[in-house]
Amino acid sequence: MTNLIPAVNLSVDPSELVQPDRVHTSLYTDPALFDAELEKIFHSTWIWVAHESEIPEAGSYKTTYIGKQPVIVVRDRKKAVNVLLNRCRHRGATVCEHKKGKTNSFVCPYHGWGYALDGSLRGVPHPESYGDCLDKAELPLVSLRTESYAGMIFATFKDDIEPLEDFLGAAKKWMDLFMKQGAGYGIKVPGEHRFRFPGNWKIQLENTTDAYHFPLVHKSFLSSVDEQTLELFDFVKGPGYVEDLGNGHSVMVMIPELVDLEADLDKPIPERFESLAAELRDEGIDEPQVRRIVRAVGGSGFNLNLFPNVACSMAFFRVLQPISVTETEIHHSVITMDGGPAAANRYRLRLHEHFQGPMGFGTPDDSEAWERVQKGANAGENLWIMLNRGLPGERPSEDGLVSDVSAETGMRAAYQQWKKMMSA
Amino acid sequence: MNLQLLQEVTAFIWQEGDMLDHGEYEAWQDLWTAKGTYIIPINPKETDFENTLNYAYDDHHMRRLRVQRLIGGESISTSPQPRTVRSISRIRVLGDDGVNVTVRAAQNIREFRKESLKHYSADLTYTLVRAEGGFKIERKVISLINSDDTLAGIGYIL
Repeated sequence: MTNLIPAVNLSVDPSELVQPDRVHTSLYTDPALFDAELEKIFHSTWIWVAHESEIPEAGSYKTTYIGKQPVIVVRDRKKAVNVLLNRCRHRGATVCEHKKGKTNSFVCPYHGWGYALDGSLRGVPHPESYGDCLDKAELPLVSLRTESYAGMIFATFKDDIEPLEDFLGAAKKWMDLFMKQGAGYGIKVPGEHRFRFPGNWKIQLENTTDAYHFPLVHKSFLSSVDEQTLELFDFVKGPGYVEDLGNGHSVMVMIPELVDLEADLDKPIPERFESLAAELRDEGIDEPQVRRIVRAVGGSGFNLNLFPNVACSMAFFRVLQPISVTETEIHHSVITMDGGPAAANRYRLRLHEHFQGPMGFGTPDDSEAWERVQKGANAGENLWIMLNRGLPGERPSEDGLVSDVSAETGMRAAYQQWKKMMSA
Repeated sequence: MNLQLLQEVTAFIWQEGDMLDHGEYEAWQDLWTAKGTYIIPINPKETDFENTLNYAYDDHHMRRLRVQRLIGGESISTSPQPRTVRSISRIRVLGDDGVNVTVRAAQNIREFRKESLKHYSADLTYTLVRAEGGFKIERKVISLINSDDTLAGIGYIL
């Protein structure tokens, strides 16, 4: 791992690399900028680490990364969520190597230092050699500031930044809408697809509010769905929109009639859901709840991009993790209805497998396009990435700026936040 | 050990592998029972594939769509198509109830596409049903040894 290079030592001023309608290609290719991003973005703002359903009980944990730093997200005995640096305070070894699980404590495998679920150092083997030179209270696992909204847990290294809810701002109401796909059962994250692609993390960040690519890159997916679904996904010329929500967040509404999943419950059940509805009725579920489930089962009609590392994307959470300037890891976390009918959840699992993951009908084509962006970005001396689509139609909205569904408004929002943070 | 049966299932599985490496997808789809499922799990310890997230959980309809995607020329991740060579060995009959034969085998597959050579190893577990002239596949589970690691796009049929 390279040392962090303070942004003051960058040979260029990051603010000059982001223009209102374009960003400089070095944002994808410059290793010094990448190192500065870890410090000025990933170590300086709220980073999504888990959904609460991933750590349901006291002792439940998952491991993940903030930037490139390994962390443990764990629920302690009082049910509080702790985000702890995964590093023994003795000689630095990770204290947990499992992706998820349940435990009573974290014990370092090297010399046996043991930590409680809140990170406090409980015991060290053979303490006599330390005499009075070891104060256990001074050496807990480092605990990060942790806050959550709508079941989504975020952490930050900074004690002096705004509360999470202020940072999320106008995005909060979209998070509330997104969670309606739990159909009253609540949201559960029972698994995920994880893959890497050889490209910069911001290429994926842009893609979450990029309707423009959909009919082209996902032609083979569109050829594999039924007529009604095809109609729903034919949104590029439709009435949808992209809105800049402030602080780098944005939303792309592809299917306006599926923004509020608890509205229009009296409309006829679409044909493609009829067999699921029949299965639910056979299980004894009453008609209003059948309608609620069926309306929610395909997910929300929008993608919400939360700067910098997570998105609420139709029916799943998209998480990005920077690996290097030219490599990014993506997690697509599937969402089911917590305790909901198995038939509905099977529908959601199969839907996720159909598009997402290394063998999905969508993800590999996205990945191929992003890989080609990274490769092509090596060409030319002083070229720019164009982000001017939808500018002429862009107008102020209640929460920020809005333009048509395939406008690059969301990307411009993210890069303005990038510029602000990188120039700080 | 029933060497006759071992030889029969080996011949069937090798033929299936050869069809996939050489793009004989129509013939490959005919190897399946009407309800046959093709499964690539994520969690190596999972047994309830239907109610968990997999990389693939294909019934007859999804197999047809998957083949169409691979050969249809509409997908940038499968054009150019990857070339694959798979070696299937260590074949063992785990069970035989007179109708269904359960077989486990090792598969090593090499994939080449666009300047990149990749390698995947997996346990294959077949449930084969005796049918006229041989077998039909009732279920095939492909357990990649790195299934719970990060993967890259796989633009062919494992």
